[in-house]
Amino acid sequence: MPVLRCPVCGNPVEVPEDAMPGELIEHDCGVVLEVYRDSNGNLALRPFEGVQEDWGE
Amino acid sequence: MTRVFFLYDVLRLDEKMLLERLRSLAEVEPIHVSSSILEIGGYAEADIALQRSISFYRAMSSTVAVESWGVRVINNSMALALAEDKAWSLSVLYRNKIPVPRTLLAYSIDSAVEASRKLGYPVVMKPLMGSWGRLAALASDEEAVRAIAEHREMLGSMYRVHYVQEYVDKPGRDIRAMCIGDEVPAAIYRVSEHWITNTARGGRAEPAKIDPILEDLVIRSCRALGVEVGGVDVVEDPERGYLVLEVNAVPEYKNIARVTGVDVAAHIARYVVEQARR
Repeated sequence: MPVLRCPVCGNPVEVPEDAMPGELIEHDCGVVLEVYRDSNGNLALRPFEGVQEDWGE
Repeated sequence: MTRVFFLYDVLRLDEKMLLERLRSLAEVEPIHVSSSILEIGGYAEADIALQRSISFYRAMSSTVAVESWGVRVINNSMALALAEDKAWSLSVLYRNKIPVPRTLLAYSIDSAVEASRKLGYPVVMKPLMGSWGRLAALASDEEAVRAIAEHREMLGSMYRVHYVQEYVDKPGRDIRAMCIGDEVPAAIYRVSEHWITNTARGGRAEPAKIDPILEDLVIRSCRALGVEVGGVDVVEDPERGYLVLEVNAVPEYKNIARVTGVDVAAHIARYVVEQARR
């Protein structure tokens, strides 16, 4: 499994082989992380922004 | 092979199931809107696109961008905009002879109170735009209406339009039905003792019977708003029968699929690919 780094606690985070941008991962440091693609096109993690006022169906 | 753009921001189970079903039928290019730069008038090739962004503004803006590339999006920009605005969509539903709850629009605190007197208590107050029962309130008397309206007016311009709707004495449940093209493959009752029955707010899902009247109403509601893949919310009034509350243009469906056993994702994927071939 690919290993990325948690931007909050700095510890390694295993992500699924087929992880895609937009996937959410709950890290054991307590933060929900979102997979995204950085400016180099590599998968990275950022804190999930949480539910926003325009979210829904 | 048919090429489909899959527009999304958060990869929920609904999106994962859709991707899997689409990939069995077509070549799929996922576009993670949150990570993307989309040019108005840019160029990219696909036969069709499916919009699944959970954020309305990301959904709306990415849809218009992809439409500017000459690619048809399900659901299209007009349908998204229409379905998002409760007053606009109710107006269109009403004009298409679809039964809806009696709803008044008021533009001040005092007129919100007057509107609620006209309807009789309790009344439901909702923001013009919003989902998952967010900021919806049941006001049982004038004092409650006044307090809700006052608080709303502090939130900004959009909240100064008071959407005041009759409370429908529904039988402890409402209905969410999926329309996909001209079909209604599945529906659920959302059962709750609370008047807000969204499953996001704790409502319990049970399979619903789709009778011909409900089926016709759901299809006509989606058609009226130009929604091709939609989740239609319906309540049952003891005297008037079915009343349509709203049509959702980026519908969640995992609860419907779970309790009915209908592979909703497969229905949606098939519809999208069929439309691409037209």
